[in-house]
Amino acid sequence: MQTIDMATTALREVNSTLQAQKADTNQKAWEIVNPKGSHAIACGLDGPIEVTVHGSTGYYSAGMNKQAHVHIVGSAGPGVAENMMSGTVVIDGDASQYAGATGHGGLLVIKGNASSRCGISMKGIDIVVHGNIGHMSAFMAQSGNLVVLGDAGDALGDSLYEARLFVRGKVKSLGADCIEKDMRPEHLEILKDLLERAGADAKPEEFKRYGSARKLYNFDVDNASAY
Amino acid sequence: MCGIVGLFLKDKSLEPKLGSMLTDMLITMTDRGPDSAGIAIYGRDEDSNTKLTIQSGDPAEDFDDLEKTLSEAANTKVSMRVKDTHAVLEVSDENADDVRKALAELRPGIRVMSAGDIIEIYKEVGLPKDVAQRFDLAEMTGSHGIGHTRMATESAVTTMGAHPFSTGSDQCLVHNGSLSNHNSLRRKLKRDGIAFETDNDSEVAAAYLTNKMNHGSNLGEALESSLDDLDGFFTFVVGTKDGFGVVRDPIACKPAVMAETDQYVAFGSEYRALVNLPGIEQARVWEPEPATVYFWEH
Repeated sequence: MQTIDMATTALREVNSTLQAQKADTNQKAWEIVNPKGSHAIACGLDGPIEVTVHGSTGYYSAGMNKQAHVHIVGSAGPGVAENMMSGTVVIDGDASQYAGATGHGGLLVIKGNASSRCGISMKGIDIVVHGNIGHMSAFMAQSGNLVVLGDAGDALGDSLYEARLFVRGKVKSLGADCIEKDMRPEHLEILKDLLERAGADAKPEEFKRYGSARKLYNFDVDNASAY
Repeated sequence: MCGIVGLFLKDKSLEPKLGSMLTDMLITMTDRGPDSAGIAIYGRDEDSNTKLTIQSGDPAEDFDDLEKTLSEAANTKVSMRVKDTHAVLEVSDENADDVRKALAELRPGIRVMSAGDIIEIYKEVGLPKDVAQRFDLAEMTGSHGIGHTRMATESAVTTMGAHPFSTGSDQCLVHNGSLSNHNSLRRKLKRDGIAFETDNDSEVAAAYLTNKMNHGSNLGEALESSLDDLDGFFTFVVGTKDGFGVVRDPIACKPAVMAETDQYVAFGSEYRALVNLPGIEQARVWEPEPATVYFWEH
């Protein structure tokens, strides 16, 4: 286990050290201590390493992640795991706004609550939130799965494309063009796998599925006055 | 972008350290607002005096002999404590209005930053660490305080454009965001007899809350109605003589983190601002909900 102390190591050095660990690295386990809410911790990683951050982080932690497994033993500020490509990011506490935004792949697990705009414009990432999510989550989400064990805030899935949204609790309101859909066997399979991988104690049958009504895909002249 | 910090102490034993804790938090928020900084601090109400925090662009001239001149003009005892470009005048409550009138006539270059039983406001253009040093903010004591680091968007970088804004006795407000209906609201408030010092949008928010409280609302009710009447982006932190409030607009894109322990309630634009507070590891830390009013009173 390699330890980096952010009380004595500058952020750029932390990130360049972690970014230098590629597929063939022998140093696969890293821990970061004294993050003290710093921004952009463990960004741009591209190797099969495990990074544990002991404490809460600021903006944009674990952004653009590829392959790496990042575990934040604390809460994360805005934009955690933004634009993730692959790998796993696990947050033991809460996540602030736009967690997992624009992510293309990989798995983001938030064990507490996520606030507004969780999974905004997600493009293939899987996100599992053990608690609640805030308003405007999955806005313009294009693909991937967003699983919420708690409740969802206002305007869930507004202007949604083809991402699948699974919510166990209450949804305060659905956004434009987002509707409840039937849960088919293949969806239960997807959910079962994601819940297992996220260490979530819930049954797939307890969830409802939401998706796009696909009414906004094409321009409808009858709606012209609404634009 | 701007930075906000706030501390509301529940444990009196921390009161001697209020200034140093807030200053540390304020300096951490420098990169959110490097162009000006300010702090409002609420001390103890130990007498029946009114405190006026005043500011001058030319303190050598304006503050020269001011204590004596004002005492003679208002025919009462005025004491003055100078801190760099600011000074705190103390006068008995019943003579406070006379002193303000005399001040406006005798030294028109002086601006009143705050007035009340306990509030003092210090704000200037410059890096937060320099502003803190100029006013010895770390040495100040009190029961609650609010600080702001400014990155200006809606009006000029001037001392009067810095936060906190105080528009009523012992009241202050700091703002991260921008309001879009501040001009129309300012016109309405002017018709209600409220005077404005600047073209700043945040001053309008402060005046709006003052107006509500003048009409009988408590801090919580005033903040609640701001959600209906103010349009734009905002995270506000507001202080009164014995209260401390927080509200975010319904979109809530301006960041906010709060922490509460048995000893204090703390606010930071980012968690970074809170990391050195005592017992933060065990504190309840949360993000205030959109369109939800939080307030505490002593």
